[in-house]
Amino acid sequence: MTTAAAPVSSQSGAAVAPPAAVPMSGRVKKKLTSRFATVTAVVIAVLWTVPTAGLFISSFRPANDIRANGWWNFFTDPAVTLDNYSEVLFSTSAGSGQLAGYFLNSVVITVPTVLFALALAAFAAYAIAWIPFRGASWVFIGIFALQIVPLQMALVPLLRLFSEGVSIGETNIIPAPELIGAQRFATVWFAHVCFSLPIGIFLLHNFISELPGELMEAARMDGASHSRIFRQIVLPLIGPALASFAIFQFLWVWNDLLVALIFAGGNPQVAPLTVRLAELAGTRGEEFQRLTSGAFISIVVPVIIFLALQRYFVRGLLAGGLKG
Amino acid sequence: MNETQPKLLMLMYGIIAFFAVVGILLLVVDRAPKRGREKVQLVAFLAPALLLLAVGLLIPAIRTVILSFKGPFSDTWVGLDNYAWMFTNGDSRRILLNTAAWVVLVPTLATTVGLLYAIVIDKARGEAFAKALVFMPMAISLVGASIIWKFVYTVRPADDNQIGLANQLLVLVGLEPYRFLQDPPWNTLFLIVILIWIQAGFAMVILSAAIKAVSADVIEAARLDGVNAWQMFRNVTLPSIRPAVVVVMVTITITTLKAFDIVRTTTGGQFETGVVATALYDQAFVFGEVGKGSALAVLLFVLVLPIVVYQVGVLRSQREIR
Repeated sequence: MTTAAAPVSSQSGAAVAPPAAVPMSGRVKKKLTSRFATVTAVVIAVLWTVPTAGLFISSFRPANDIRANGWWNFFTDPAVTLDNYSEVLFSTSAGSGQLAGYFLNSVVITVPTVLFALALAAFAAYAIAWIPFRGASWVFIGIFALQIVPLQMALVPLLRLFSEGVSIGETNIIPAPELIGAQRFATVWFAHVCFSLPIGIFLLHNFISELPGELMEAARMDGASHSRIFRQIVLPLIGPALASFAIFQFLWVWNDLLVALIFAGGNPQVAPLTVRLAELAGTRGEEFQRLTSGAFISIVVPVIIFLALQRYFVRGLLAGGLKG
Repeated sequence: MNETQPKLLMLMYGIIAFFAVVGILLLVVDRAPKRGREKVQLVAFLAPALLLLAVGLLIPAIRTVILSFKGPFSDTWVGLDNYAWMFTNGDSRRILLNTAAWVVLVPTLATTVGLLYAIVIDKARGEAFAKALVFMPMAISLVGASIIWKFVYTVRPADDNQIGLANQLLVLVGLEPYRFLQDPPWNTLFLIVILIWIQAGFAMVILSAAIKAVSADVIEAARLDGVNAWQMFRNVTLPSIRPAVVVVMVTITITTLKAFDIVRTTTGGQFETGVVATALYDQAFVFGEVGKGSALAVLLFVLVLPIVVYQVGVLRSQREIR
């Protein structure tokens, strides 16, 4: 703070204005800057909301209207329909979205992934913070570094692990898991959990290591096991941290395209919404009645969760997550 | 809907597995024999995570480095051929240039916009609402955002009604419709806009918190000295929030390097818009060029390596102070 104060005082020494003029020009200046501030704020806010609003409005316009003119015509010629939604969700024709099934896939991918990531990260963070062992610092630094390593580094070998198993030389010591149909969710879960552990352990460790040491000491003195300390002391206290990591993890998995594309592929039994939407945007890029409603379906869940739990999300961001 | 049942079954299995794993781990810790109890507890808590990190990240990353020196079928050693290809082939040089444009423009512009917005709405009426507006894109998937902007950029022939906002504005001011996504080299710029649109909210939230943490005394002192808004920003706010600015820039840079979804959803890497992350996917998973794909992955890693080293340095100094 002292470094910040120094240049200010030297500045003020140079900028001595005639005493009479100060209140006048000061007031004018203030008005100007506040007007500039208002205009800037409004311009940015408009630029940041209008594209989404256009998508939202379009998704309720009849397909012919969407093709005929821009969504802003909605205000002069309002016509509302839910046809786009019912078509993109439930129609069985191959060209439509069939998004209801993909929506369920997104849910099946997301829920177990978030649960596993939370539990395993919390256990590991607790162990690193409160079970003393040699090299704890190095383990923590290693995990922190892994956080920044691009997950692209792991994709090819991890996919091969699932398709070929583990071999030493020519002998196969762990055979490839024969996963068919919905069982392939397991590979997507596995990949997501692995990729989210570094940031999860890091975030939760930041929080868990700040808990008062006297609490743990006292419980240890009474002969409590780490399992009991974790359940009865740590768990009740780290609720907010768990919430913020859970939101991170949820948004990340729900919105992910790359991991799903590689481990679920185009398989309609397993692929999530994002994969299907990206596919529609590629093959049916001009059919905006499907794209707008489809995009909105994928957006609505994370936005609701995000708005409801914004506080925790921001706290998580401020705790410093660099997702890899 | 006969496909629904196996999915719900899998979901149930997943949740059951979760409770089973957590239950067994806690049980092991509880029932550990007195001798070596501390060790058993440590292993039960830490080993599952470390095992997954090793199997899912560490070992695959090492194998990727090895694969990058091998041919497309990973059965022959090709030395540095894959890397030579990366820097000499015309297409892949385009990809490296595009990636450079992304990495330079997204962090700087997203941070600038986020900082500007954080300052102008600071202590304004309805600040929380104003923040939520710009922060909202953070919750939207990159795929969703790409579709939103693809719609904005849509182009129709000049004598038709425009349905995309961007071209409507062009037509309104008397210009010809422009093919924002198809015409290189500027189309990359319009894709970059999408990521700036998403990341500015992140920058804004972090920097806004940093601005609010600037000591009130310092601000009051500066105000009494009669500094104007610009001087206040330049000499008071900016020096105090510099660490936060660095964190934001670093984080956005890492995100940008791996930007894959936007290019893939809007253009599929066509029209000379490819970046390292999309080229990596195409090479390794579409063209079956595993060696080249791995070399591109290694390139991504090498590009973030300085950041890793720097951050680890920061972390170690923090932990020593404690």
